[in-house]
Amino acid sequence: MLIWIIFAVMTGVSVFALLWPLGRGRSLAFADVGDATSLYRAQLGEIDRDLARRLIGPVEAEAARAEAARRLLRASGDDAAPAGETESSLRRRRASSALALSCVPLLALLVYGAYGSPAKPDQPLAARLQADPSRQDFALALARIETHLAANPSDGKGWSVIAPVYMRLNRHDDAATAFAAAIRHGEASAQAYAGLGEARALAAGGVVTAAARESFAGALRVDPKNARARFFLAIGQEQDGDAPGAIASLRALLDESAADAPWTQTVRQRLARLEAETNAGGIAALPPAEQQAAIRGMVEGLSARLKAGGGTLPEWMRLIRSQAILGDKAAARESLALARERLSQEATAAAALDALAGELALKETAP
Amino acid sequence: MIVEIGHFALALALGVAVVQSLVPLWGVARHDRALASVGSAAAVTCFLLVALAFAALVTSYVRSDFSVENVVANSHSTQPLIYKLTSVWGNHEGSMLLWVLILTLFGALVALSRRSLPLRLRAGTLAAQGMVTVAFLAFTLLTSNPFRRLVPAPPEGQDLNPILQDLGLAIHPPLLYVGYVGFSITYAFAVAALIDGRIDAVWARAVRPWTLLAWVFLTLGIAMGSYWAYYELGWGGWWFWDPVENASLMPWLAGTALIHSTVVMEKRDALKVWTILLAILTFSLSLLGTFIVRSGVLTSVHSFATDPARGLFILMILVFFVGGSLALFAWRAPLLRQGGLFAPVSREGALVVNNVFIATACATVFIGTLYPLVLEMVTGDKISVGPPFFNATFIPVLVPLLLVLPLGQSLAWKRGDLLGAAQRSLAAFGLGILVALATIAMTWGGPVLAPLGIGLGVFLVAGAAFDLGERISSRASGWPAIWSRAKGLPRSAWGTALAHAGVGLSVIGIAAVAWSTEAIGVLKPGERLTSGRYTVVLESVMPRTGPNFRAEVARFQVFSGNRELKPVEAAKRVYLARNMPTTEAGIRTDGLSQAYVALGEPQDDGGIAVRLYDKPLILLIWIGAIVMSLGGALSLTDRRFRLATPRRVKAQPVAAPQPAE
Repeated sequence: MLIWIIFAVMTGVSVFALLWPLGRGRSLAFADVGDATSLYRAQLGEIDRDLARRLIGPVEAEAARAEAARRLLRASGDDAAPAGETESSLRRRRASSALALSCVPLLALLVYGAYGSPAKPDQPLAARLQADPSRQDFALALARIETHLAANPSDGKGWSVIAPVYMRLNRHDDAATAFAAAIRHGEASAQAYAGLGEARALAAGGVVTAAARESFAGALRVDPKNARARFFLAIGQEQDGDAPGAIASLRALLDESAADAPWTQTVRQRLARLEAETNAGGIAALPPAEQQAAIRGMVEGLSARLKAGGGTLPEWMRLIRSQAILGDKAAARESLALARERLSQEATAAAALDALAGELALKETAP
Repeated sequence: MIVEIGHFALALALGVAVVQSLVPLWGVARHDRALASVGSAAAVTCFLLVALAFAALVTSYVRSDFSVENVVANSHSTQPLIYKLTSVWGNHEGSMLLWVLILTLFGALVALSRRSLPLRLRAGTLAAQGMVTVAFLAFTLLTSNPFRRLVPAPPEGQDLNPILQDLGLAIHPPLLYVGYVGFSITYAFAVAALIDGRIDAVWARAVRPWTLLAWVFLTLGIAMGSYWAYYELGWGGWWFWDPVENASLMPWLAGTALIHSTVVMEKRDALKVWTILLAILTFSLSLLGTFIVRSGVLTSVHSFATDPARGLFILMILVFFVGGSLALFAWRAPLLRQGGLFAPVSREGALVVNNVFIATACATVFIGTLYPLVLEMVTGDKISVGPPFFNATFIPVLVPLLLVLPLGQSLAWKRGDLLGAAQRSLAAFGLGILVALATIAMTWGGPVLAPLGIGLGVFLVAGAAFDLGERISSRASGWPAIWSRAKGLPRSAWGTALAHAGVGLSVIGIAAVAWSTEAIGVLKPGERLTSGRYTVVLESVMPRTGPNFRAEVARFQVFSGNRELKPVEAAKRVYLARNMPTTEAGIRTDGLSQAYVALGEPQDDGGIAVRLYDKPLILLIWIGAIVMSLGGALSLTDRRFRLATPRRVKAQPVAAPQPAE
């Protein structure tokens, strides 16, 4: 509200400034003739001075004087202006006032209305930093650490604090820089090395590059049991085409880690997928009967896992499709119903499942 | 709230500028003094509003208000205060606001200079100036709004381009803008004269101070930009014939011609039409420069905007103001009364020669700058028109002009005595030849043309000095008489001499570039590198931390022969926010010469690449420019601009009131 009052005052003052000369009584004629006279008088004086300084010859000076005089005559004959207040001058003034009164506020409101943000307060940085820390936004806190680190680039502790934050924000390059800085400045822990490797791998789009491998190797030098490093190195093996090696590494990792360790779930999933893919590669070589049995076994395994909990939309769809193709329509319908129930939170799931049901001709009985 | 008040003030200024461009014009057409004086009120109001907007933007920068998009893009909270300030105009939107601020400042100054300007001319000028203001305010508000908000505000800004974080850049744009925009006033005067159909010595006298003012600032701005390029870009060049530099050189050349032609017009009432055309062309070239820099047709340090919408908008402004004024010129110029004839050998004749040569020089720069751009647009071929073109075209045009300059300046008005002038310049010419010969003898086997350049420079300086001496001492005997004549000489005469001497100094500095030498080496601490007269010894390399950058600083001892100068530091900086490196050359001034050290990449063996230049007499280039500006400033204080202010005459009741309209 206050801001609109200020705007109104500004507009008022501006318009008043424009109206003021219009309202100042008598309309005077231009004083051009007077101006011209005094100028030419000055010019004549100048010619005299030039003559005294021999900048101009006496004959030329005479001619110049004559020229100046002619100009003066011409100027005084030029202009004859009306004076005094006439009706038309009043009308002109009213029109000009109307223009100032309408044009200035209208244009200002139009342009400001289109581009302005009257509701947004100023946010000077100092005030934002002094605000209650609990209400400070996360980005600002991050910026403060960054500023601190820019000023104290050898603070290894600071770097090791900020690096995982970058990872969570998916700023992998920054994370790699931060981990590397932490390692350089006395925080050369296995976690830092493993983090550096992970950041490098994720920055490369998930490929465990040579540089990433080097970091993971560094982590294992400090702590041979470091799970993150071993996990990513296994993925590296897989990416090299060494699936059996990768499976062996992951199994070893699972066996050696505590059952409730936070990463076991991830490792297990990766292992399951890897084994499934390896098996799928192997199944093609089996005789038809055994092939069928193997596939059935896999589908049942998937079914059991999804029933136990979790499972994404693509996994459910894969299960339903497999069951339908294997001819087990009842099981497929059952899975479909279960999937609908489990995925009711997901917005797109219902539509996708409907489409799938139509495609596979799994008409459900009405619930 | 401050941001929004600034934004609203800018929007209000647009409305006021519209009134400023319409009402006074009506007043002029209808001989209505009240309407005409609205122009002054509007111009002052408009300036105050834009100043308020500018102050609001500056406040946002100083307080690092990152809810303003423009501040985020060009500032950083760790910048020192001075660079927070200069960041305001280190970007497209902010510099447009500065441009408009200076535009309205000039308008307000014209509005307030009541005593020196007849009201009719003032009103017409302010109306034309108002139109320019409307165009640029609309451009700023609609396409380049510096007050756009960003919510939620990011925690940190992206910093100003590091090579712009420099004191030279703090001063360069405002100086240049005062120059460019100052010529908008002469343009407005020309348009006013064309609309009114009256142009005479009053006009010339009224325009001249503004032209001089703009020219002085443009000269300083260009010199500052050139010196900045010299020490910041790190390879010791001071002029690159870069299109953006040419964009500032063209208005300067046209402005120089304009200064000289207004003298003729004021003194002799001649060259009117040409002067009007020059006034229009000078500002048109300024606009062209703006277009080149901001439309995105070029990429360089200077090109801020690559948004095609902005380019189109500026192109429209350009077409409207250049096309409009030239059309007006074509329509009205034949109506202007031609001035008197004059003899070819006279001061005014010499000034015409000056105008012809400078206009030609300006045309060569124009072609060299625009031809590649047009060619690229039409055929897609990229060609580079570089120093060879300009050396082959610009310099041959300029040298004859400089050769006849001392002659022209000693000619008398109306009918000069060429022989006498030649005799008077003979001494200066002889001195020039002598110095050239001495230089050739001393530098036998060196560059061939450079000694002639030095001789030309000496001729110019000596010509200016001797001409002044002649005027002071002729017919006077004894020191008191000379002293009184020196005091009596108008300041414009001193200014002329000073400005011409400045040209000579710059010519000497430019010619001496031929003797500059360069050496490159990889140095470890304790090792030395020699180039020309200078030897540097690397003392140490150390890291250093600035407010928003880290630097590797190398410290050198400097020797000239066996004489030790003060040590010098050169650095490579990395600005953290943009992760961008810059070079900071180490420069040791030795008299008028400089030893220039720039760092290259550190080598694997612990050495660091170092380039060392010996730049003899290089400072004269910029000292010359400063002397030229001083000359202009001195002319500006001439008595006739103070006295010429026609004393205000009480409007007499004018005869024969016309029938009411």
